[in-house]
Order: sequence, then C-alpha cells, then structure tokens
Amino acid sequence: MANEVCFRTLDLETPWSLEAYESVGGYSSLRKIIAGELDHEKIIDELKLSALRGRGGAGFPTGLKWSFMPRNMPGQKYVVCNSDEGEPGTFKDRDILRFNPHQLIEGMAIAGYVMNATVGYNYMRGEFYEPFDRMEQALKEARSKNLIGDNILGSDFCFELHNHLGGGAYICGEETALIESLEGKKGQPRFKPPFPANYGVFGRPTNVNNTESYASVPAILENGGQWFLDLGKPNNGGTKIFSVSGHVTNPGNFEINLGTPFKDLLEMAGGMLAGNQLKAVIPGGSSSPILPAEVMMELTMDYDAIGKAGSMLGSGAVMVIDESVCMVELAARTAHFYYEESCGQCSPCREGTGWMSRVIHRILEGEGKPEDIDNLDRVAGNIMGRTICALGDAAAMPIKGFLKNYRHEFEYMIEHKRSMVKG
Amino acid sequence: MTDLNYDKSLHLKELIPQSAIDEIEQWILKYPAERKRPPIMPALKVVQEHNGNYLTTEMMQAVAEYLDVPHVAVYEVATFYTMFNLNEMGKHVLSVCTNLSCSLRGSDKVVEHLQNRLNIKLGETTKDGVFTIKEVECMAACGGAPMLEVDKVYHENLTEEKIDKILSDIAAQHMPAKEEDNNGK
Ligand SMILES: Cc1cc2nc3c(=O)[nH]c(=O)nc-3n(C[C@H](O)[C@H](O)[C@H](O)COP(=O)(O)O)c2cc1C
Ligand code: FES
Repeated sequence: MANEVCFRTLDLETPWSLEAYESVGGYSSLRKIIAGELDHEKIIDELKLSALRGRGGAGFPTGLKWSFMPRNMPGQKYVVCNSDEGEPGTFKDRDILRFNPHQLIEGMAIAGYVMNATVGYNYMRGEFYEPFDRMEQALKEARSKNLIGDNILGSDFCFELHNHLGGGAYICGEETALIESLEGKKGQPRFKPPFPANYGVFGRPTNVNNTESYASVPAILENGGQWFLDLGKPNNGGTKIFSVSGHVTNPGNFEINLGTPFKDLLEMAGGMLAGNQLKAVIPGGSSSPILPAEVMMELTMDYDAIGKAGSMLGSGAVMVIDESVCMVELAARTAHFYYEESCGQCSPCREGTGWMSRVIHRILEGEGKPEDIDNLDRVAGNIMGRTICALGDAAAMPIKGFLKNYRHEFEYMIEHKRSMVKG
Repeated sequence: MTDLNYDKSLHLKELIPQSAIDEIEQWILKYPAERKRPPIMPALKVVQEHNGNYLTTEMMQAVAEYLDVPHVAVYEVATFYTMFNLNEMGKHVLSVCTNLSCSLRGSDKVVEHLQNRLNIKLGETTKDGVFTIKEVECMAACGGAPMLEVDKVYHENLTEEKIDKILSDIAAQHMPAKEEDNNGK
C-alpha cells in the first residue's frame, strides 16, 4: 500500500480541505490531547517507538529531538518547520504543503503542545507561492474552527502558526541558517552548540523539523508507534516519500514503506524512460554519493541499507540516470551548485567549492591534467568536517562519490579530451 | 534644516501604494513586536513587486526607515538572497532550472529555445523590456522536469510548444492597443 501517511488525502476530492483531512481521521490526535487523553510523555514515547527519523536529510530520531526541548523552562519557546526544500532532486514537501496542509498544521500544533511552544513558524522557500496560498487558506480554515489560535477547542492550550517565505538561498535549509533568516538576517549558519533547543529563534528554545517529519506525527498518534514502526523496518520506521526524477517514465512522489526494494520503486515510476539502460542512481538528493546500477538494484530504500552501501537516504530524492549520461558533466553541474550556494562564511567551503567547480569544468573543456583527479579527491576530503555547517560535507561527498565510482570517465576525458560516453 | 521629528514611514508611503503598505503591515504582525528585522525580507519582496521586479537604493533605504532598522541591515538581506534583483529586470522574469534532474530531462534545450526565440542570452532582457531570462538552481519541482518559473508560477514538463505558448501569452498582454484591435478582427 502506498500513500498511507502524509499523502493519505491525495485520492480525495480537494485533498487540501479541512473536510478531506477530517474524513481520514485528521485532528483526532489534537482533540485527544485537548480531552486530556494524550499527554506529552505518551506522545514522545510513541514517537520513539515509531522510529520516525527526521525527513529533512540527517535522519535524526524525532522523538529524541522533541525530548531535548526544555519544555519546563519559563518564557517563549518556538516550533519551526523547515519547508525550505532546496536539496536538488527533492520535491515532496511542496506536495505535502499543496495537498495536505492540515496534517502539517496538526503536526505542528501537537509539537507545540509537547514542547510548550505557543508559536510556530513554517519557513517555506521563497518561490513557494502556490504552497503558501494553500497553507494560508488551510490556516484560515483551522482558525475558524478554533483548531489553531487562542484557547484551542475551549482548552487553555494556545498555539499560533505563521507562514513565512524565504528569499532564495539553499543554505537556509540548514536549520541555524534558517533561524538567522527568519530573524531577518543573511542566512549564515551559527556555530553549534548551543543547539536550537537551547538557543534558537530570537534566542529562545526552538525545535526545527522537516515538513514530512511534522506531518507524519498525527498518523503515528492515531495508529500507534508500533503500527508506524511495522510499516518500515527496525530503526527505520514508517513510510517515506521518495521523489523520483530523471530518466524514468513516470517521475513523481511515491510514499512507500521504508525497506522497499529499489527495483520496486523503479517499477512504480514506470521503469526506465524509453527502455534505456540504468547506469546509476543518486539515492538521497544531490549531496548523497552516486551509486552504480548494479549496487542500487540490490538495495532496499531505507537509511541503514543506503548508508551501508556508502551513500545516504538523505531527503529521499532519487535521481535515476541512464547510460547516456556523462559522469564528468554531472559532477560539474553538482560542483557548480555548491559553489553557487556556499554562504561564504567558512574558507574551506567558500574556496574549496569554487576550486572543485573550476577544476571539473577545466577537465570538461579538455584542459584537465592527470593529477587533477587526486587533487580533487584530496580537496574534497579537506573540506569535510572543517566547516560550521554540513554544506561543506554536502559539497564534498558527491564529488568523492563520482570519483570513486566513475574515475575511469574522468581519466578518459583528461587523456582523450572528450567524453567516454558522448564521444 | 533637518526636521528631527519627521515621520520615517513617509518615504516608503510615497513610493508604493497603500495596499502594499497594508501587506507589509500584515507581515509585521507575524513576528514579536520588539523584533524589527524579521519583516525586512517580506517588505523587500512587496516593494520589489511594485517596482517592476527590482530594487533601487532609494527603496531599500525607504524600507529601512519604515521598519526603523539600519540601512545596512536591509542591504545585507537584499544582496544575500537570489530573489532580490538590484538591476533593472524585464516585466516578466523567466527562471529556468538547470540543476541535475532538469538537466537530465533536457533543460539545455529549454535554454537554447528561449535564447533563440527571444534573441537574448541567459541573464539578459529583451529590448522591449518585456522578458528577462535567467538560470536558477533546483526549484523543488524535479518531477516535472524540465521546468521554469514565470514570475510566481511554475510551468512543468516543458516542451517547445509549451514554451512558445508561454511566450505568446505574455507577448499578447503587452501588445500595443492598436495591434490588439487588429488581432481582435
Ligand atoms: C546545506 C543544508 C541544507 C539543508 N536543507 C534542508 C532542507 O531544505 N529541508 C530540510 O528539512 N532540512 C534541510 N537540512 C537539514 C536541516 O539542517 C535539519 O537537519 C532538519 O531540518 C531537521 O529536521 P528533521 O530532523 O525533521 O529532518 C539541510 C542541511 C544542510 C546542511
Ligand atoms: S532540478 Fe529542476 S526543479 Fe529540481
């Protein structure tokens, strides 16, 4: 079965309406909380049991994250949703926002209750005008039914949620850059510690989760943590939305159980475009190292399996690549992206991303030198772990992946001044 | 002589209509009252929209005065984020994604077609000031690759015919009145 969690309204008419959401059980967890049938400890226990891991890329257990928030500390606390969705290949949060906005609203309200936060911000990337309008409409509906706002459903629980729009910067998907941006500044990541749970938006304790993470919570509480866990596999609970793009017949989002074989997912997406041969897959967004076809065809889609194979499940963005693609070109486009998006704060990332991009482009232009390959690998290695945020690693890992799996294509191009694939 | 009591919000009010000021005021309500910077980004977006897709120094200063923040706080934001344009733009901005998924599905052909049809290069504006084309990074619509954004709207699964339709629809909006009459038959 597919579309059981975040996409469960998808087949209904006007899936984004309150009516559609309530018809599948929506807002029943919030109602239980208000009725005193579900307290914050029980919620965290269920989340821990569910093995829900952060859907934004890092895969950190959500229940554990929520338990770190100092809920009894006096003063304002915030819950923030990361709907910046900038990792190339990823397009799932846009569809949650457009097609099931109420589930995100309920998830955030529950988070607000658990962490004693009365204000939430949903930070959407700047280009998300259509999702923004849907979210605003849904908030209006929720407010009119007193599901959001002051004294929710007559209780003393108050939670106000605001939609925010960014300005176009991949780095603002990094949670501390997002916080800076929300404060009206340049999106430059902060040093950690202190972590957002202690020092977040406006210097107050803040919980940041991805859209899909928050939106999974209501379904988990309705059906129980064990149900969610059983959908996936141990340590990889639940379903996950995979954004499948590239050379498949039917690109799109597929919400399926974690642990589903990759070859089944490929089939759901209609198989390879025009019957071409699969060459490789980028399994978790542009930051995740590329894996060759023969490796991918044996893998299941979950954090542990993809990790063990030397890549990452990341945001669940699966880019399918056929035999016509030149890996040097793909590496050059990847390197260019990180060069464009480095915020410039840390020198290894600022200088390293530009250097990598220039060298790969030089190879493409037929000016490569044999030593470039080892130098690229070394520079990528020198960026990793030496920056304030993980953009440095995100830039370096895919380049190392291209070199590890397709070194021969780089060597060929340097020697023959033309692509091994395209001639 | 400097009037120390002059109303610092006046400048912006002269530059954009009251409806746009109201929009900015709506945004201001979303953030803690004692925080002055969070509305900078939304305010700049509103102002940019009312100024044909780009910002001038005067407008950035007016925003700073309106929100009572240092000018530099506004410049910093305007220069950091790619959605703010500090140079004149066309009436319609066509942003073509050329990132991985779009390039796998032929964004290079989209760029080529646009450049040929409009006779400009990426980053340029047509002589009549109607179209600007630019290259952008992944827009989170990779399932509909190749894609482009026209002003605020995404267009996905592009083909040459779809692109031609987008261009002719926009061109029709900007046809001088006389020609429109002729076309109306
Ligand atoms: C460069 C960079 C970009 C990121 N972009 C996003 C993003 O677009 N969306 C997102 O949810 N998380 C993104 N993250 C991860 C966030 O920092 C953070 O881990 C996440 O929002 C936490 O939520 P989760 O635990 O629910 O995944 C990014 C991280 C880095 C280093
Ligand atoms: S790669 Fe073009 S929208 Fe994502």
